[in-house]
Amino acid sequence: MKFKNTHKDHQITDESIYQSRRKLLKAGLIGTAGMLSSPNFALTLPKSEPNSKFVIDELTREQDATTYNNFYEFSLSKSGPSEKAGGLKTDPWSVEVGGLCEKQGTFDLEKLINQFQLEERIYRMRCVEAWSMVIPWNGFKLSDLIKYCKPLNSAKYLYFETLYDPKQMPGQNGRSIPWPYREGLRMDEAMNDLTLMAVGMYGKNLPNQNGAPLRLVTPWKYGFKGIKSIVKIQFMDKQPINSWQAIAPNEYGFYANVNPQVDHPRWSQATERRITGGFSLFNSRIDTQMFNGYGDYVADMYNGMDLRKNF
Amino acid sequence: MTRFLSPIKVLLFIALMIPLGIIVFDGFQNNLTADPIEELLHRTGIWSLRLLLLTMLMTPMKVITGSFVFIRVRRMIGLFAFFYASLHLLIYVWLDLGLDWAHLLEDIIERTFITVGMLAWLLMLPMAITSNKRMMRKLGKTWKRIHQAIYLVICLASLHFIWLVKSDITEPLIYTGIGLSLLLFRVAHHYHGKRSKHKGSTNTG
Repeated sequence: MKFKNTHKDHQITDESIYQSRRKLLKAGLIGTAGMLSSPNFALTLPKSEPNSKFVIDELTREQDATTYNNFYEFSLSKSGPSEKAGGLKTDPWSVEVGGLCEKQGTFDLEKLINQFQLEERIYRMRCVEAWSMVIPWNGFKLSDLIKYCKPLNSAKYLYFETLYDPKQMPGQNGRSIPWPYREGLRMDEAMNDLTLMAVGMYGKNLPNQNGAPLRLVTPWKYGFKGIKSIVKIQFMDKQPINSWQAIAPNEYGFYANVNPQVDHPRWSQATERRITGGFSLFNSRIDTQMFNGYGDYVADMYNGMDLRKNF
Repeated sequence: MTRFLSPIKVLLFIALMIPLGIIVFDGFQNNLTADPIEELLHRTGIWSLRLLLLTMLMTPMKVITGSFVFIRVRRMIGLFAFFYASLHLLIYVWLDLGLDWAHLLEDIIERTFITVGMLAWLLMLPMAITSNKRMMRKLGKTWKRIHQAIYLVICLASLHFIWLVKSDITEPLIYTGIGLSLLLFRVAHHYHGKRSKHKGSTNTG
């Protein structure tokens, strides 16, 4: 993916250094963590202004947020994705938009991103496994993309799909999940001000292991709703079935709103281990907040719904 | 039996301390992932299960090789399995739950994988306490009863592992498969032994 000012980037980096770095990257010799966030380092994201509404003081260390996460397309372990995702080619990248909308088609992500205003938002991320992080995301509002696609009145849900390519995503050779990974949102959830399409984190390109080049971020929902490496978006009139719900419907629902009162059958959701980085063996668990603390923004959408049934 | 420590036992003791050594080393290196409590739980748990299976392997090894060395080291391996299981439990109750007893009780009652895990540890406790000569003599036949609980412990530990995994249960199934094979060996050997006895064999099983 090349952005408007990519060629300027060539000019400020000495050409020979640039080329050798490029070669090293191609050979997979430069790791992803710490130095460069992903192989497509030539990508320069448009500037994203911090959104002052979403600021949290203690961030998770970048090093931890980029080396400890779930991405079964690469590995079942938490460190595996950062070790194995380097080969994912995210440039160029296209997203297929279809279903009940006027503007159907396959869009080049680079061109798409340039249609929207990028911003930085610091969100809590609560995994269904009862650990959590605080991550600064760079991205655009999903509502902007939805408006751009001009949905029909009959569109009530949005459906997303991750790339399916076992050659690039070795975890897809296993059968842990019926591939590709699928997610969905109700239209009002998708249009919610909180819902972000992230293309970066910590002010850099989204690292491959964190879902490059495009992922969903819904901070009031458990982390697995944040589908990564999106290639397909579809407007639908029926509620789609998301991957985890398909695997274990008694454990994972469609909504997956963070809710300390509704336990997962195999673990309590009342508390969480906050991962900030550094020595944390003796850190005590913290209380999990309803809607992960974002009730002011989202609670209205679920008025009158039994959240025990619609978990 | 000599009163001296046999070199085999000393070496085995050192070998069985190595997993703990690595854990402590990684701890000091801050090398226990971003979520060290989870990592500690996993490592101590998996070592306990491995050593349980190794304990179970000692009788078949004796039967196959005829060497009593396997029986002499069996107790130590079993005690180390208990040691790692106890570390596992301690990390869970102390570091993870922060000694929140209400949370512990809720977990034990509501979460089946914790129920079976707890049960497995509770069954290992009397085995560990009676793992000495004095108790062996004192308890006689009851001693064997107590220690036959290892069959149940293996099953419970395997369930504990299977039920905590989110989707791909390949790894716990491999351990379960090994455990079941060892159990099957016992069953087969038991009946084989009985038949042999009828034929006048001195095989004691």
